[in-house]
Amino acid sequence: MTRAFNRRLLFAGIVFVLVATVLPLWLSAYVLGVLTTAYYFGVFSMSWDLLFGFAGEVNFGPTFLIGLGAYTAALLDNAYHPPVVICIAAGALAALVGGVLLALPALRLRGPYFGLVTLVAVLLLQNAIVIFARFTGGEIGMTVPDVLSVDPKLNYCYALAFFVVSAILLYGLSRSAVGLILQASGQDAVEAQALGFNVTKHKLAAFSVSALFSGVAGAMLVFYMGAASVGTIIDIGIGVQIIIGAVLGGRRTILGPAIGAIFLVVGTELLRPLGQLNTFVIAGIALAVILFFPDGLLGHVLRPRENT
Amino acid sequence: MTTLQILVDGFAISSLYALAAVGFTLIFGVSGVLNLAHGGIMLVAALVGWWVAGETPLGTYGGTLVGILAGLLTAYLTYFLVVRPIQRSKAIAQEEKEIFVLTGTLLWGIMIQTGMAYVFSDNPVTMRPLIPGVIAVMGVRTPINEVMIAVLCWVIIGLLWVLINRTPAGKQMLAASINPRGLTLLGFELSQIYFRVWTIYGVLAGVAGVLLASFLGVGTANAGQLTASAFSIVVLGGLGSVSGSLIAAYVVGYLETLTAYLIAPTLRPIPALILLVLVVYLRPQGLLGRR
Repeated sequence: MTRAFNRRLLFAGIVFVLVATVLPLWLSAYVLGVLTTAYYFGVFSMSWDLLFGFAGEVNFGPTFLIGLGAYTAALLDNAYHPPVVICIAAGALAALVGGVLLALPALRLRGPYFGLVTLVAVLLLQNAIVIFARFTGGEIGMTVPDVLSVDPKLNYCYALAFFVVSAILLYGLSRSAVGLILQASGQDAVEAQALGFNVTKHKLAAFSVSALFSGVAGAMLVFYMGAASVGTIIDIGIGVQIIIGAVLGGRRTILGPAIGAIFLVVGTELLRPLGQLNTFVIAGIALAVILFFPDGLLGHVLRPRENT
Repeated sequence: MTTLQILVDGFAISSLYALAAVGFTLIFGVSGVLNLAHGGIMLVAALVGWWVAGETPLGTYGGTLVGILAGLLTAYLTYFLVVRPIQRSKAIAQEEKEIFVLTGTLLWGIMIQTGMAYVFSDNPVTMRPLIPGVIAVMGVRTPINEVMIAVLCWVIIGLLWVLINRTPAGKQMLAASINPRGLTLLGFELSQIYFRVWTIYGVLAGVAGVLLASFLGVGTANAGQLTASAFSIVVLGGLGSVSGSLIAAYVVGYLETLTAYLIAPTLRPIPALILLVLVVYLRPQGLLGRR
């Protein structure tokens, strides 16, 4: 059963990558731009799911990690103009360090308290950026002198490649022994501990991996857009969108959140003619999904039937 | 002079914070629900109150009443459309209910916020003061409205205290927060008690929303901030502890007023956030919470 399931999944994955790779031949630059952003959001949602779906810790501040990565990369690029790759690496490192510093004390807390600390972390980062407006551009945002590429097709390919690699790595991790231990600690921490696993260490590792991917994706998003601003990267609304994407797609599946996030970005774009009401409709759809299909749109399809 | 000004202004703001947070903590204490649509409910009360007061012949007092009713109605909708279906759902595992309620009310709050922005635009609005005029409090010129708000908040909180501690209906709610199973065994219907708590909560949030609109003004963009401040006050005071929330409301209110007057108005929310992080790390159960 599991093997057949894996083969089907592998097949679907290959088809997806093939279709996605040839898309730039037909689609306009505008559609490619929407999809590029969607892929980055896919990575955000996947790394959030690793933490929530598997480690069972609800992180209300995914944008804290993303923002750290994005702004570190942007500040470094503005100050010294190193190659873009180095900026992205620095952003990833900053997100990792920030994530560990946040998680070390926060993981001692349970449930809503952990969520609250991560939420407050976002608010503090947001305020810090506004206070140091001289360096960060405050609420208006800051531009970066370098970009990944000016060609939308190349940008699309970068985003797609990064998305696919992240999906493979995160999915592999979630299916590995470590992923199973994480899942156990998320569902019953006491029993996992009794079985001899170091719950805190595993959760910290999950947080670091989540931070690393968020940081890289955040930094790459900045170099794609050519600018970093609070409204597009750190705002709580962005974090909510990432969480909605993950829950919509089906938590604890890694791939579901990726698809959910892409669906959400594309859906918001499609509903743009509704004007102000598009957020209302999207939130309504997401609410209906979690009320009627709490496993998400793809939860039943993607989750292996190990617990039935 | 500034000291007195801070004392007076801080008191009025803190009383309003206290009123808004008490309902939030009551719901958590009795039914274990963290309602992230809290700011949205206050928003509906404030905007509907403002609209009725300005556009219909009912006037300011009528607007206040209609606003409170609108807040109550939104609270009912939140309970019946979002919270209760999740609590009763068989497809959601028991240990995941909490996170689903959080996500569900968050989405519902976003729907309220964007819906209100669509109907009323996202400009901040201010209601006319319920009582016009200025009075000197300890030598500080204060709008009578501000004094009235502080007094009204405390009257309502006092009534709530009497209701919870001195009436059978209140004692049942208290019992539900301590041991719901025991209460059901004594033959009380839990869903009725939850309904009662949501009614009280709706009225409290409605009053707080309308008063906020006549004091500081409210815009749809504030909904998230309102939820966040109520959440922080409640965590600071200890989840589920009403007296803890009252103390925390004053701590946060005065801290914000002090920062705004002495350092810079732009830094207003920061010290409270830092205090919140420290409290959560050092004493996660809050000032007066029980674990």
